[in-house]
Amino acid sequence: MQGLHMVAVHHAYGSTAVLNNISFTVPAGELVCLLGPSGCGKTTLLRIAAGMERLQAGSVIIDEEVVADATIHVPPEERRIGYMFQDYALFPHLSVLDNVTFGLFRRDRVTAKERAMEMLDQVGMARHAARFPHMLSGGQQQRVALARALAPEPRLFLLDEPFSGLDTGMRSRVRAETLAVLKRNNVATLMVTHDPQEAMFMADRIKVMGANGRILQTGAPADIYHKPVDEYVAHLFGDMNMFEARVEHGQLISSFGAIAADAAVEGTIVRVLIRPEGMTLSNTDGSNTDGGGPQGGGALVDILSAHLLGNSSLVRFRVRDGINGGAEFHVRVPGSFDLTEIGPIWARVDPDHIFLYPLA
Amino acid sequence: MGDPPTRTLSAGRLWRWLDGWTLATLVIAGFALVPIAAVVYLAFTPSDNIWPHLVSTVLAGYVTTTLTLMLGVGIGTLIIGVGTAWLVTMCRFPGRRIFEWGMLLPMAMPAYIIAYVYTDILEYAGPLQGMLRDLFGWSGKRDYWFPEIRSVGGAIAMMTLVLYPYVYLLSRAAFLEQSMGMFEASRSLGRGPWRSFFTVALPLARPGIVIGLSLVLMETLNDFGTVDFFAVNTFSLGIFDVWLNMNNVSGAAQLATVMLLFVALLVFFERYARRKQRFHNTSSKFQALPGFPLTGARGLGATAACLLPVLLGFALPTLVLLHYAYLHFDPELTAEIRGHAINSIKLSVLAGAMAVVIAIIMAYSARIKGTKVLRAASRVAAMGYAVPGAVLAVGVMIVLGNLDNGIDSFARTNFGLSTGLIFSGTIAAVTFGYLVRFLALSLGTVEVGLAKVTPSMDGASRSLGRGAFATMRLVHLPLIRASVLTAVLLVFVDCMKELPMTVILQPFNFQTLATFVHQYASDEQLGDAALAALSIVGVGVVPVILLSLTIAKSRPGHAVGD
Repeated sequence: MQGLHMVAVHHAYGSTAVLNNISFTVPAGELVCLLGPSGCGKTTLLRIAAGMERLQAGSVIIDEEVVADATIHVPPEERRIGYMFQDYALFPHLSVLDNVTFGLFRRDRVTAKERAMEMLDQVGMARHAARFPHMLSGGQQQRVALARALAPEPRLFLLDEPFSGLDTGMRSRVRAETLAVLKRNNVATLMVTHDPQEAMFMADRIKVMGANGRILQTGAPADIYHKPVDEYVAHLFGDMNMFEARVEHGQLISSFGAIAADAAVEGTIVRVLIRPEGMTLSNTDGSNTDGGGPQGGGALVDILSAHLLGNSSLVRFRVRDGINGGAEFHVRVPGSFDLTEIGPIWARVDPDHIFLYPLA
Repeated sequence: MGDPPTRTLSAGRLWRWLDGWTLATLVIAGFALVPIAAVVYLAFTPSDNIWPHLVSTVLAGYVTTTLTLMLGVGIGTLIIGVGTAWLVTMCRFPGRRIFEWGMLLPMAMPAYIIAYVYTDILEYAGPLQGMLRDLFGWSGKRDYWFPEIRSVGGAIAMMTLVLYPYVYLLSRAAFLEQSMGMFEASRSLGRGPWRSFFTVALPLARPGIVIGLSLVLMETLNDFGTVDFFAVNTFSLGIFDVWLNMNNVSGAAQLATVMLLFVALLVFFERYARRKQRFHNTSSKFQALPGFPLTGARGLGATAACLLPVLLGFALPTLVLLHYAYLHFDPELTAEIRGHAINSIKLSVLAGAMAVVIAIIMAYSARIKGTKVLRAASRVAAMGYAVPGAVLAVGVMIVLGNLDNGIDSFARTNFGLSTGLIFSGTIAAVTFGYLVRFLALSLGTVEVGLAKVTPSMDGASRSLGRGAFATMRLVHLPLIRASVLTAVLLVFVDCMKELPMTVILQPFNFQTLATFVHQYASDEQLGDAALAALSIVGVGVVPVILLSLTIAKSRPGHAVGD
């Protein structure tokens, strides 16, 4: 099968294992994101795939050719890969055009230049072909690096935190452009990032790596977000509301009305995680027909603080009574929050954003 | 589809360990180690053992003289170097900006040249004593006392004057790296500037100062020209004496081995200080220095304290040489000197170029392989900088002599002809000596240059299909061009000044500027050699200018209001 296969890869620095029995596949044309905290070994994994780090155990296969195992080590220059570095690694002594033709030395001068200009055109940098890297902005450097790495038509494309050097405003634009270029070139791509939003945006599939050097969950962005396998994965997308509750008769016992729970946790105490965007606040209680969802009842709460963050507001509140009486929660609501003056407020939970995990 | 790979992938199955890069590095390190190993080996397997004789006669004298010299030069350079560094970094007084780099000028002056000049001025027949005699009507030596320049004290003075810049340079850097807050904290706690200097600033700068001092003492051990001229019996002189006058190589090797113990101790101190240096840099951020203003008499005192070493260590001797060169100008002699200069330049360019090529191979191998073996090999190859020229000269002679004898006897038994001496007494021998001694300079410079190239540059080039060698040629070499040139230059300049190895290893009928000056000055004909001496000083000024530029660029905290 075309694409990248990593089989049972182990890696350790000294006695510290950074990669633990990692196996996965990046099929041709698919974009896979490795999402994990810094220092979890994801860059090491990328460098092993590229041949810049020597494989210690396992094997690496690109397009059905074994490029690394116990006896083989194909050096990076013979793997026909593209690699984009966090710092872009443009050669400062070469012009933009010379940077892009750098990997096209097996073609004759004319076709090499044609191909380079074609790639520069794709990333919108053809006008700047004669410039030198230091004359470019961060975003422009990123696009040149993209063109340079894709120009030799690699069979595998590797990206190491390619947007972390850009400021927030620039980042989302360059991200969209990069994704478009990658999709047009239809190459098997493995990208490493610590930014969940970036992974959600770019990836066909996300692989979440834990600090222990293992892959914790693999799935489409929506799977990772809606069905995180454990607390760690759930926490990746931000701060959560957390409390413990007992499950009885298929329902969670809480102040937030009837919430259905899995039969597997029947009769046990579970940890409940709720995303800030998984709660709503309103001036109607659950019994009222116009506000209540299928699961009915909300909890009467006191608002502690409200901060406008731009297109949403973060609101902290305390449950007034019931089983969660006195507990504090935070919730993200769209726009600015202005319910306080109207009257009593009820909090309700969206069952899609609530996760139950057995106590460890 | 993409380009087909031109090489088959089996070519990628590199040897796991002993590849070309590793092999080259190990061979180079071996070459650098051989002369030193040969000395030690011969010392323990002497053909004609005069060790008991040496011990009962001269050894104690060599040890005492060498230690006295090191102690004197050590104290002298510490006082001048640390003192002026403190004044220049922390105080404001007339001329401070000029002294910041001006203090380095005596570095350009080889100790032996300054020794010739001062002997000429200060000896009995010289102008100063003559003037004093005329002035006071003294008729002879018995009428007055005048210090004898050709003595241990004289040698200490000469070396102190030209070697203090090492201590100055490293203590200045150490003072600059200190957090000013700490010094001010000490003062706010009631300690005066002097007590704060001795209890806070000086202890913090100690690692830097120790490194500077170790370098000074290595140079002191290395010196041959001064002690030879002054007949001060140090180890260097002893090695030459036993070897050339007593004609006993084993004895020379035994003295050299004892000298290596001194060297090992110095290297240990230097390494130890460098390790400690990391913990002592308390502030990574340069801060504005307060610049205590020194006005009136105190300002003039500071100016004088800085001016005196530069005057005595550089300006005065240069002026004297200029004067002599003018008085003794002679077209015929000038033509001869030009010939020697060309010899010097050829040798030094050869050594500089080879040293940098070797340095690039070693530094790049260590970079791409990163194995412990390669790092150790680099350290071994760089060891020569601490080994005195006299010791290396003996080592090179032993190695090449044995090699020549081996080839000769092989040729005689197999082909019935004698090849004679192939390497001994040729330019190859001198170059070999230079390379072993000065490789550390080029290696250090290239390593610093390479370290500034981020590892992702390597990755980018390799992932774009270029191999290790092409990557070095297309990416690293263009990026470290300045370091490469500096490396060539530093080795070039030190070779131009080198005396002990050149004297011993140079081919028959071949002279360099340094050996020419040495020979003429030894024959009390300094005037005729003044032009050659000036040329050496002129070349020596080049790295001083480079250093000054670096200092000017990295003048932290001085930019505003100065």
